[in-house]
Amino acid sequence: MAELLVQLAQGFLVTLELFALTLVLALPLGLLFAFGLMSRFRPVRWVMKVFVWIIRGTPLMLQLFIVCYGPALFGLSAIRNSFLAAVIAFVINYACYFAVIYRGGIESISKGQYEAGQVLGMTGAQIFSRIVLLQVIKRILAPMSNEVITLVKDTSLANTLGGIVEIIAATKEVTGATGMPLIYPLLGAGVFFLAFIGLLTLLFGYLEKRLGYFKV
Amino acid sequence: MAFLEVKNYRKRFGENEVLKGISFTLNKGEVLAVIGSSGGGKTTLLRCLNFLEIPDEGELYLGGEKLFDAAEKLKISNARIREKRLHFGLVFQQFNLFPQYTVFKNITLAQALLARQEFSRKKAEFSAARRGAPKEKRAQLKAEQKKILAEIKANQKAAIEQKTLALLERVGLSEKKDAYPHELSGGQQQRVAIARALALSTDILCFDEPTSALDPELTGEVLKVIKGLKSSESTMIVVTHEMDFARGVADHVVFIADGQIEEEGTPEEVFGSPKSEKTQAFLRKSLEELF
Ligand SMILES: Nc1ncnc2c1ncn2[C@@H]1O[C@H](COP(=O)(O)OP(=O)(O)OP(=O)(O)O)[C@@H](O)[C@H]1O
Ligand SMILES: [Mg+2]
Repeated sequence: MAELLVQLAQGFLVTLELFALTLVLALPLGLLFAFGLMSRFRPVRWVMKVFVWIIRGTPLMLQLFIVCYGPALFGLSAIRNSFLAAVIAFVINYACYFAVIYRGGIESISKGQYEAGQVLGMTGAQIFSRIVLLQVIKRILAPMSNEVITLVKDTSLANTLGGIVEIIAATKEVTGATGMPLIYPLLGAGVFFLAFIGLLTLLFGYLEKRLGYFKV
Repeated sequence: MAFLEVKNYRKRFGENEVLKGISFTLNKGEVLAVIGSSGGGKTTLLRCLNFLEIPDEGELYLGGEKLFDAAEKLKISNARIREKRLHFGLVFQQFNLFPQYTVFKNITLAQALLARQEFSRKKAEFSAARRGAPKEKRAQLKAEQKKILAEIKANQKAAIEQKTLALLERVGLSEKKDAYPHELSGGQQQRVAIARALALSTDILCFDEPTSALDPELTGEVLKVIKGLKSSESTMIVVTHEMDFARGVADHVVFIADGQIEEEGTPEEVFGSPKSEKTQAFLRKSLEELF
């Protein structure tokens, strides 16, 4: 029993690592992509739109394999470090979803907010960081919480690359080692997910409350 | 010599020519009321004055100096546009307060950013001076400069605070200083917006129908504040549908129809004995709407 918990916890640590790394990198990258989607330069906008279409239009699992084996296209060997390949695939995939959410949030802010900043002599960067950003964050909190929660669960896909023993893969290792029926570690894994996502839900609830002092 | 001179402003959106050559002058300390029917180009004119739109043609002189010339518009950088904007303030029909900031912060934000810019410039100046000084004196100089900079920062902060409190008193909202915009009535929000615009001490303050988004019982308080701003120092341009107000507060009135100035003069002239038929029809109609 203790053995089961330790193994599951170790697996979940890998899950959390993947989750945290992806989130930390995809949040800013998504903003960059969002600016690309809204760029004044048509070619940039188009390239970004096509890219988002490709990423959202193909399965994440396929992307994982493509990142891993993609180097073969250039005559190189596959990425050895499957964890690295998984992070790259996840970051790009989630950045695209985040970008679409960011864009929606940014475009929902009234033109009047920008113009009020402009007539007060503020620069574009000041207007974005001092006026628009917090309003956008407040607006996109709910859809972002959906994506973040989905990400926690999507990390399991990484084990298809092999060598990444996140929590689902860990359940099989437990049964292999102890002969325990698979259903027990599987249920255990479910509990880990539920607990962590419960925590995230509380966190988003807290953020929502913190930003509840103003209306947009 | 007029304080503000607008020469032949033209602006088109696609095929639609919205300003068809607007020219007028305004003296320092005067209030110009702009009236006209919907779609005539009044808002577009104010937006051009504030460089939210760039006119296609025309020139603008302020205090005798050329501030803008459409012939050179392609050469003007964003930073230069931003500098030009600081000569003009604009109060919007829809207030456009920043919802996440208190009333106080709404008014101080732009002042603080400008002060910071000023501070950085001073700091750069100081470090240049340091590099120019003989080596053995640099440490001492640095210490002195540090003290001066700290003083500047403290003074800036105090000045901004003092000015903001004074402005809040002027618009009658001292006790709302820590409220958020959504906690205020429309009239109160618009008074905050006026204080925010006043905070930058622009040369000319523009109002775009400042009361038309308000319930009738709230227009009075805002108009009273605007009336109270009238002084030899403040030059204002007010687009309004409130004819009584225009009559009472303006030194000069222009009637804009279809992108052109159809009639202009003192309030007595324009309201008392309008020469143009369009003006007469417009005034008759706005009287009818009242009753
Ligand atoms: N950004 C824009 N793009 C295209 N057309 C515009 C734009 N801004 C204004 N217009 C057009 O310019 C014309 C004048 O508009 P404007 O808002 O200046 O009129 P107004 O005199 O302020 O009217 P109102 O009394 O209704 O506020 C209108 O026909 C409008 O559709
Ligand atoms: Mg208008």
